[in-house]
Amino acid sequence: MPPFVYIFLGALAIVSALGVVIQRNPIHSLLSLIGTLLAVALLFIAEDAVVVGFLQIIVYAGAIMVLFLFVIWLLNLQAESGPTGHLGLKFVGWLGASALATELVFLLSPPHMQVQYAGAPKGYGSMASLAQKLFSEYLIAFEVTSFLLLAAIVGAVALARRIPTPAGEAAPAMEQPR
Amino acid sequence: MIPLTYMMSLSAIIFSIGVAGVIIRRNILVMFMSIELMLNAVNLAFISLGSRLGSMDGQVIVFFVMTVAAAEAAVGLGIILSSFRNRETVHADEMTLMRW
Repeated sequence: MPPFVYIFLGALAIVSALGVVIQRNPIHSLLSLIGTLLAVALLFIAEDAVVVGFLQIIVYAGAIMVLFLFVIWLLNLQAESGPTGHLGLKFVGWLGASALATELVFLLSPPHMQVQYAGAPKGYGSMASLAQKLFSEYLIAFEVTSFLLLAAIVGAVALARRIPTPAGEAAPAMEQPR
Repeated sequence: MIPLTYMMSLSAIIFSIGVAGVIIRRNILVMFMSIELMLNAVNLAFISLGSRLGSMDGQVIVFFVMTVAAAEAAVGLGIILSSFRNRETVHADEMTLMRW
């Protein structure tokens, strides 16, 4: 893939990521996040990880983002009016994040991190090679993941459940003092 | 193939934007989105390193990270919903029950 595609996708990912943080309306943040996820998924595909790239689009940009959308819709969130935080906090936050970015870029560039390039083997990134790895070397991790998902489902249902009171009307699952 | 430094820098920048989002924003949903952003930056680093090393391990790890992110989103959004039911807010500064 030509380099300008990488540059374009990278710029798109960064601009959308900034949009997530800067937008005031949560829906706009969510749309920006979907933009970032799609750009990153295309970068995955450009990096020979075709299956994972499509999984990213289906699972992340599809399923998880719809979940976010439903929650925003259920909570009926509006754009925040007025100042959203302390100016000092914003300043320190951006300063710290810039310092972190500089440090990471410095640490992850050639003098500190060098990689011996190896040619991709035949069928690299295909469904067959992914499944081969997943069901041999990472089989236990795969099975543990299924338990994790089961636990997450049970946990989500338990959190969302309303415990009925004797009077008949539904009460919140957790009673907390205000 | 584009140099590794480019992909790593991109990953580092997106990760830092996610960190900034968690620090700056007080809306708990947007903080959650920023966490997803950070997870994605790390996935990008895994994929680009894996494709340069010719190893599938990076892609398998990314697969697991996605699964964990899905579970995290389901439980995390459930917690946000049930806390909104009780307190009518998504502002992180107003959730002070467990504050020391």
